[in-house]
Amino acid sequence: MRKVVLSALAVVGAVSLLAGCASPSTGSGNGASQTSVVDQTLTVFAAASLKGTFTELASEFEKSHPGVTVSLTFAGSADLVSQIIEGAPADVVAFADEKNMAKLTDAKLIRGTPQLFASNTLEIAVPRGNPADITSFQDLTKPDAKVVICAEQVPCGSATTKIEQATGITLSPVSEESAVTDVLGKVSSGEADAGLVYVTDVEAAGDAVEGITFPEAAGAVNKYPVGVTVGAAQPELAAEFATLIAGAEGQKILASAGFAKP
Amino acid sequence: MSERVRQRSTLGGIPAWVAVVAAVGALLIVIPIVSLATRVDWPNFAVLVTSPSSLAALALSLRTSVASTALCVLLGVPLALVLARTSFPGKRILRALILLPLVLPPVVGGIALLAAFGRRGLLGSSLETMGVSIAFSTVAVVLAQTFVALPFLVLSLEAALRAAGSRYEAVASTLGASPSSVFRRVTLPLVLPGLVTGAVLAFARALGEFGATLTFAGSLEGVTRTLPLEIYLQRETDPDAAVALALVLVVVAVVVMIVTYGRREIR
Repeated sequence: MRKVVLSALAVVGAVSLLAGCASPSTGSGNGASQTSVVDQTLTVFAAASLKGTFTELASEFEKSHPGVTVSLTFAGSADLVSQIIEGAPADVVAFADEKNMAKLTDAKLIRGTPQLFASNTLEIAVPRGNPADITSFQDLTKPDAKVVICAEQVPCGSATTKIEQATGITLSPVSEESAVTDVLGKVSSGEADAGLVYVTDVEAAGDAVEGITFPEAAGAVNKYPVGVTVGAAQPELAAEFATLIAGAEGQKILASAGFAKP
Repeated sequence: MSERVRQRSTLGGIPAWVAVVAAVGALLIVIPIVSLATRVDWPNFAVLVTSPSSLAALALSLRTSVASTALCVLLGVPLALVLARTSFPGKRILRALILLPLVLPPVVGGIALLAAFGRRGLLGSSLETMGVSIAFSTVAVVLAQTFVALPFLVLSLEAALRAAGSRYEAVASTLGASPSSVFRRVTLPLVLPGLVTGAVLAFARALGEFGATLTFAGSLEGVTRTLPLEIYLQRETDPDAAVALALVLVVVAVVVMIVTYGRREIR
């Protein structure tokens, strides 16, 4: 039996080792995959909500810059900020709100001034069929409606609080998630009747959820800044990437995902 | 540990390089824990860990972990007995399935629990029509914790049962004791240390449960936001509070390990 315990523990260990080894390759693929000296890798850290658009932008960038590989890492903005402060190598950073970028500019880790390139507002997401019949922000207070929002500590949650304060409507959510994707997951799985997420999340979720826009959302707009880090290994390439995002082509891709102009 | 320190150091015949690699292995675990302690904002430690949200998370964690440990004992003792004493076709497969949560990422457990007990889940949809809703409740937290902790209790107890053997039980039953009284008066006292170890491990695992809870139960102060979830959330805006709370969990874990393994160090 002791053997069984040991082998079970060994498996646990091996699994976590594998998991541990697998993740950094996406984040810091600097070196190992380079086949010739001309090849360059641009490392981009971006907010989770930028996954679809930045993946598309990265492949555009790789097409127009032969020999350049764009390595993308997506996570919550606050997560990325703490990783960068702890020394994670990133050339370009893009966040879901200005507050998180300010942490890096305050720490003097960004070259020049970050540029705003998009904005995002909240939308109500409901499961397909809208079981609780939600049509307005006020409807989220229906006693039998299970509503999930972001915790105040994360950007989507602070936007939610701002709207609550502006409207005087206080929500009683069944859960306050630490990531907007978790809110969306609980709505798309039907566990919750409604959730407050970004317009772009509803767009990306496709048929799994329905989006309900509400006028009060205009009171809390998140602006997305992009910046080049002080420690960038490829400052020129990084600046070109930032220009692509702010330029016509980048704006077209962002708009089609539901992002508004900053 | 102290027993070892007092003993004279010998290599016991193992090659020196093995000891060196072993030291590296030990450091891999010890260094991060010690580093965590150095990050703690000690002057404000008490304030950080006694904020209302921290206390709510701590109280919820203790409550749910005690409940899920009780559930583990209730369900795990019969399971371990069946695995250790009976024989039937498919037993090895059953054991493998029961131990699965040990090797599954907790988030997978959470998704599986949703598929079973969620509003649109296999059992959850029937429960919902009866007016019982599990998701987003403290019950969901206890279920998630039990799911991940049960294998620890079953493993420890099954090992204890096998080590104890069934001779005393056989004697008791030839003397006319019924299976139930053999279990109560012979088996249970024999394997009590194994049961305690298993229960303590299950408690510790429940206390640390994160992924399945986040996926299945959600996160609401006082209802489903346990200490690990609170740490994860605090990290976003108040890293000092997160580190302080993390240290609280480390201390609990250390106490658990001392209680469980400390007294058997000599063996």
